[in-house]
Amino acid sequence: MDWRRFGFIALIISVLFGVVVLIGHVQIAPVIIVTSMLATTIAVATPLTLGALCGVYCERAGVVNIGIEGMMLSAAFFGWLAAIYMNTVFGIAPMPSLLGGVAAAILTGGLLGLLHSVLSVTFKVDQIIGGTVINILAVGITGFLNRQLFFEKGSIFGGNVPHAPGVLPRIQIPLLADIPVVGRIFDQQPITWAAILLVLVTHYVLFYTRWGLRTRAVGEHPRAADTVGINVIRMRYANVILGGMLAGLGGAYFTLESVPSFEPLMTNGRGFIALAAMIFGNWTPFGAWAAALVFGAAQALQINMQFFREVIPPQLAILQISYVVGLAPYILTMLILTGIIGKNIPPAADGQPYEK
Amino acid sequence: MTIVLEAKGITKQFPGVLANDQVDFDLRQGEIHAMLGENGAGKTTLVNILYGLYRADSGEVYRDGQRVEFHSPKDAIKHAIGMVHQHFMLVPVFTVSENIMLGAETTRRGVLDRKAVAAHVRELSHQYGLDVDPLAIVGDLPVGIQQRVEIVKALYRSAEILILDEPTAVLTPQEAEELFRIMRELTQRGVSIIFITHKLKEVLAIADRITVMRDGKVVGTVKPKETSEAKLAAMMVGREVILKVDKGEASPGENILQVKELKVSDRRGLEAVRGVSFHVRTGEVLGIAGVQGNGQTELVEALTGLRPIQAGQVLMNSRDVTGRAPRTITETGMAHIPEDRQRHGLVLPYAVADNMVLNTYYLPPFGVRGILQPKAIDSNARKLVQDFDVRTPSPYVPTSKLSGGNQQKVIVARELSRAVKLLIANQPTRGLDVGSIEYIHKEIVLMRDRGVAVLLVSAELDEIMALSDRIAVIYRGQIVATVEAAKVTREQLGLWMAGARPEDD
Repeated sequence: MDWRRFGFIALIISVLFGVVVLIGHVQIAPVIIVTSMLATTIAVATPLTLGALCGVYCERAGVVNIGIEGMMLSAAFFGWLAAIYMNTVFGIAPMPSLLGGVAAAILTGGLLGLLHSVLSVTFKVDQIIGGTVINILAVGITGFLNRQLFFEKGSIFGGNVPHAPGVLPRIQIPLLADIPVVGRIFDQQPITWAAILLVLVTHYVLFYTRWGLRTRAVGEHPRAADTVGINVIRMRYANVILGGMLAGLGGAYFTLESVPSFEPLMTNGRGFIALAAMIFGNWTPFGAWAAALVFGAAQALQINMQFFREVIPPQLAILQISYVVGLAPYILTMLILTGIIGKNIPPAADGQPYEK
Repeated sequence: MTIVLEAKGITKQFPGVLANDQVDFDLRQGEIHAMLGENGAGKTTLVNILYGLYRADSGEVYRDGQRVEFHSPKDAIKHAIGMVHQHFMLVPVFTVSENIMLGAETTRRGVLDRKAVAAHVRELSHQYGLDVDPLAIVGDLPVGIQQRVEIVKALYRSAEILILDEPTAVLTPQEAEELFRIMRELTQRGVSIIFITHKLKEVLAIADRITVMRDGKVVGTVKPKETSEAKLAAMMVGREVILKVDKGEASPGENILQVKELKVSDRRGLEAVRGVSFHVRTGEVLGIAGVQGNGQTELVEALTGLRPIQAGQVLMNSRDVTGRAPRTITETGMAHIPEDRQRHGLVLPYAVADNMVLNTYYLPPFGVRGILQPKAIDSNARKLVQDFDVRTPSPYVPTSKLSGGNQQKVIVARELSRAVKLLIANQPTRGLDVGSIEYIHKEIVLMRDRGVAVLLVSAELDEIMALSDRIAVIYRGQIVATVEAAKVTREQLGLWMAGARPEDD
């Protein structure tokens, strides 16, 4: 990651924050606005961060994964379903049910990672097609089961959606969370904390361990790896499955941490934005996280703007239309993918099946 | 002397080819055993089996007299066998240390111990006289050094047997000399080496024993003292071969091609040809010598209209053709034998007959008012197949079915059957068998004697020396010297190819 990129990211985030402060300062103290924005940014960046880390593992090993969206959507559904089942059918307490849900989400992601590996590593299907299959499969299966299980007469839940066991509780960082006003930033839910931790772990794994060295070798020059006795196929399988599990955890964010319900198509393109964040982060964990924060900030702007409906100046009235602000992440994605800010260099063997 | 590695009755079938047919081979402790053969003779297949990359259909491999079975390179490495592949197996974005430790990493509490590896690499490079910087990024290193990294990589895995697959193909003569010194150093320390090549001079200079392969079979094993270049060539090809090109004095006439201060960028936008000027006259061969990747590709593509020109001028018969379309340039009488015959010289799925009119199909008699004339195309093809001795079952088989040598003959036939004033031949014999090389060389000399100007680009110094009347040496996109071929030595050319300037010596 070059500093120019980080500088650019800091600039965009400052601008997004600045807009909100500019509009809201007549009502609320700027420090409170910035704190609230920052806390929201970090939280909503969570699925993007995890999705981007999924992309980092897959593509560093040489497998393009555009199925992150589908992996997250499926995980969101099955994680939620598992939590409800455990809670209402088996009568397990809410907290263990939620954790069971998270485990189910991770498992779902891992299984879809396995599917992607089978398609693109073993059968050498075009990797874009493999990812598309997962995305289409996810939309179909979650939509179908959601209707069959909850809304059809005679289904298990007989037409009424049972209450989910709430969402994962907040965890405060001792001392830091006690600071007045800004302490709010250090009061987040567990998947958010896990995502940040996983950024650090992934960086460490990728650049300081045997596993990381071999993963990168397999993504850069698989034949070279093969000639020194590294099993290219096995490394690719393992990394894509691992990536799928991270995407699965990202999916759990939607139904077990953010809101206690499932909506069809609720990931709403986050998986693709995560992919953009990974590219903008130049396939590095810290870069991907920083890029995810940019998108998070754009979303936080949209959320925070709702508080200032009355004080928006007429010149910025356009920001009141939520669709317009809602477009921000997508426009940013397109801008970033055009490569305005420096060249993005993917792993050399990214997307190429390995032929012996 | 003990036999450290032995192959008995190795047979390997690929779809449509019997790559190895009952091959026997043995390697003795501390020797350099050269494996000589043309492309496709089965040398690489055999060593890939010895290194565990392929599995033999039948046959046995013995290591120190023990029967072994290699399922992957891992097994070969375990038995102290190392291999330096023709295309280096190095990750360009990794450091030297990272490449060397890959697959045999040293860790301390789970963390890669880069320091320990670097120290070990320094120690090895000191011990064997293989100077490498463990912290350098491999992609930044010249090929000669990358090759050393490959050798150190094998030694790092305590290799006692080293397989070198065509190691000199990418080296300058000086770098090759250096490699030979390293090879001798290694054998003195007990390493045994299998050295694969198709260059006769090299095997005679360095090998202790020479095994010649042809069509997947071993033809024989000889000692350098008991043989000669001519005998080895005959073993390789299966008949007598004339190695020396027969050519008389050149009688150059007026300038046909004139290139002035040409600047061309490569695919990545970096300047690959940096202000090159030269001329070629009728009835002479100008050879451009240089190690691959010094701007030759871009130079030829610019001259033939395939690549935009940044600056400078190209005059063909005093007419400015700078930046003109390839067809315009072709019509001025320029013929082009491209470097990559399969990608730029032929439409492989097309019939031989169609490939033979690829640059004249729109002209009568082949095209009349936009309609192709099958009769004219057919008689043209039959005549050219005859005249240029193209071995094909019929003019209507897809060109992809022909051997490399015959594919090249199709291009030569097409290019030289027109009224040609200038022939640009880029690597015209790369990857061809000795018989085809002989033919193409004769054809080039014949064209010269008929008064055609020839620009020959080749990375094979022997080819340049054999055919050229004048030689220009290209290094990093600039011509560092232009000399009369008769007045220069191999060694001198080698030095210039490595970047020395004439005024330096």
